[in-house]
Amino acid sequence: MSKHTLSVLVEDKPGVLTRVAALFSRRGFNINSLAVGQTEIPDISRITVVVEVDGAALEQVTKQLNKLIEVLKVVELDPTASVQREIMLVKVRADAATRSQVIDTIQLFKAKVVDVSTDAMTIEATGNSDKLRALLDVLEPFGIKELVQSGMVAVGRGPRSITDRSLRSA
Amino acid sequence: MSDTTKQAPSPADVASLARQRPTPTVPGGQTVPTHTPGREAVRGVEVTGAQALVLSLEAVGADTVFGIPGGAILPAYDPLLDSTKVRHILVRHEQGAGHAAEGYAAATGRVGVCMATSGPGATNLVTPIADAHMDSVPMVAITGQVASGSIGTDAFQEADIRGITMPITKHNYLVTDPAKIPQAIAEAFHVASTGRPGPVLVDISKDALQAMTTFSWPPQIDLPGYRPVTRPHGKQIREASRLMSEARRPVLYVGGGVVRARASEQLRALVDLTGIPVVTTLMARGTVPDSHDLNLGMPGMHGTVAAVTGLQRSDLIIALGARFDDRVTGQLSTFAPGAKVIHADIDPAEISKNRAADVPIVGDVGEVINDLITQITLDRATAADEDESWDFASWREQVAEWKTTFPLGYTDSDDGTLSPQYVIERIGALSGPEATYVAGVGQHQMWAAQFVQYERPNAWINSGGLGTMGFSVPAAMGAKTAEPERTVWAIDGDGCFQMTNQELATCVINNIPIKVAIINNSSLGMVRQWQTLFYNERYSNTALHPTTQRVPDFVKLADAYGCLGLRAESREEVDEVIKLALETNDRPVVIDFIVHRDAMVWPMVPAGVSNDKIQAARHAAPVWERED
Repeated sequence: MSKHTLSVLVEDKPGVLTRVAALFSRRGFNINSLAVGQTEIPDISRITVVVEVDGAALEQVTKQLNKLIEVLKVVELDPTASVQREIMLVKVRADAATRSQVIDTIQLFKAKVVDVSTDAMTIEATGNSDKLRALLDVLEPFGIKELVQSGMVAVGRGPRSITDRSLRSA
Repeated sequence: MSDTTKQAPSPADVASLARQRPTPTVPGGQTVPTHTPGREAVRGVEVTGAQALVLSLEAVGADTVFGIPGGAILPAYDPLLDSTKVRHILVRHEQGAGHAAEGYAAATGRVGVCMATSGPGATNLVTPIADAHMDSVPMVAITGQVASGSIGTDAFQEADIRGITMPITKHNYLVTDPAKIPQAIAEAFHVASTGRPGPVLVDISKDALQAMTTFSWPPQIDLPGYRPVTRPHGKQIREASRLMSEARRPVLYVGGGVVRARASEQLRALVDLTGIPVVTTLMARGTVPDSHDLNLGMPGMHGTVAAVTGLQRSDLIIALGARFDDRVTGQLSTFAPGAKVIHADIDPAEISKNRAADVPIVGDVGEVINDLITQITLDRATAADEDESWDFASWREQVAEWKTTFPLGYTDSDDGTLSPQYVIERIGALSGPEATYVAGVGQHQMWAAQFVQYERPNAWINSGGLGTMGFSVPAAMGAKTAEPERTVWAIDGDGCFQMTNQELATCVINNIPIKVAIINNSSLGMVRQWQTLFYNERYSNTALHPTTQRVPDFVKLADAYGCLGLRAESREEVDEVIKLALETNDRPVVIDFIVHRDAMVWPMVPAGVSNDKIQAARHAAPVWERED
């Protein structure tokens, strides 16, 4: 079993996210992460799904996704040839004594402080999941009060776009 | 509601405004299927959403709708009363409407249509929709929904039928804008009938049915994500032909896709051209005539020894519109261990889903077979003389021997009670290949698949994938409605029959004279068979009534419905009642065949074990060493 990142271009219609998500559950595939948003083309949304499956199952996922009428295109993004990012907001215990220590730590990760109160700070960090996990590991000793994370979004490197062909006219 | 309805023109008025227009195309160059020859173009007529719905149904060529009205769908039923093109058949239960639409579709290949109201009406359609999805039956289900402003409020008779049917439809719609009704209907029929056929549900809110809109036809079809591939790839066809030439023990494994694709003629040509033995699955009975020498019969759990063993021992399986269902393969890891696989299907997701394909071919199976025939003819012409390629004579001898050594058969019971297999055999023999046979699910279904001789596709209709008890009577009603000139038999079990027999009322009232053969063993026979074989003869909850008592008395029940009710309890009576049934065409006929309770379906491969473990009859596994 390995992780695969799928970019799924869909018509922006009501229920389309349900169709995609439900397909994974009823066919017994596990979703690690899911993110949905607009694209540069009106009425077309992009769903980025990270699944943990083996090769044959991945082919089946892709084919089943393609069977959904509102799915326009499914592309697997190679991790080495794409940029993958998640965003994380984490509320860490930090008072006058530890505040500067926390700030020093997060600067190593190019994370930033987005909210401060007397005994806590909220930190915003982006990166791939390994980097975010490393950041969490070093923040752990201070005390994590709350954590929220987005699904992964990803885009292929280089000049080409997965929306290049066929979809513009759609 | 009815005020606005009355002021708008009737469907007949609108039809008179019709003008001829060229067949529209959708983006991607596909032609929208033409369901009627004189397809009418209509521009800008003021109607209600309900009228737009009925006009759309007329325009796509739907001639029959099975349904039941109710609150939310009520506006649609008003203009339906005026339609001269759409016949609505009022059923007794929505499940009956759904199976009737399936029977109609399975008999003809045309899209079956059913209609129900919101909430319970719609949820009662869930079983037939799931059934149609499993067996790739082209069907459109139209449901009323509560008014759009009430959606999500747990309103009276509200159910999220679009959400409920997402996993069991090919596609579905919730329409709350009356202007979108024609497009939704046109797309629904297009999606249901093209590619791999399947059910499409259109849920329409009551306010959309009531509001005024402008009706135009044909609507724009906008399905950028739907482009079924029908043309097979030339490279794969060449590769398939090459594998076939090299094979020594090839088998054509034919599934229901060949029926849906109307490709039986082409298939027969392929069989005759190559001389490759064929197995016809439960969904494909009749695609190659049972009388054909090379037809080994049905594969799978209750398949013939020749078909099951033919596949197991083959070195090449050519799967055409079949999906390697578990009932065919048995334990997947030991299925046909020495075979390479050519797999042709219109649904790419079926290829290599269960069994990895060496040569995947995506395309319409009729086109695949045509291309194969062309390629094979070419390849054979250029094959060297001394070459052993394309020579399957010794393999044919081998399978023919299995076929004669292990024919389908049964033994009568010791106590002289009627054998169910005999009854079914006689129904088939006396009614002939032009009749249509519609089964429920269970022992009688397997016997009907085994002991009726099928010579044409669409003669055999059953619930294969979902295995829906209660399918038979309403599906037979749908088949008879579609083809009134044919004799249509519902071969049913007494358990199945009691799930949906109320549709006999529909048959009587609408003059749909089906013939029902109840194979009455007073129990849930298939489950009982498993209890006999695997649960130490502990018959937990499978006896429907004591054999000494008739609960209900099916002859009296038939009589109460206005059908002709008959009964046969001995071999001598069988032909007599079947002949009487065949002569009676002014009303439905119900025959109560009282049969032996302990009859079992053989051959059998127990669930989950290798197909090598097939038993021709109880305690009678074929002795292979003899042939080997």
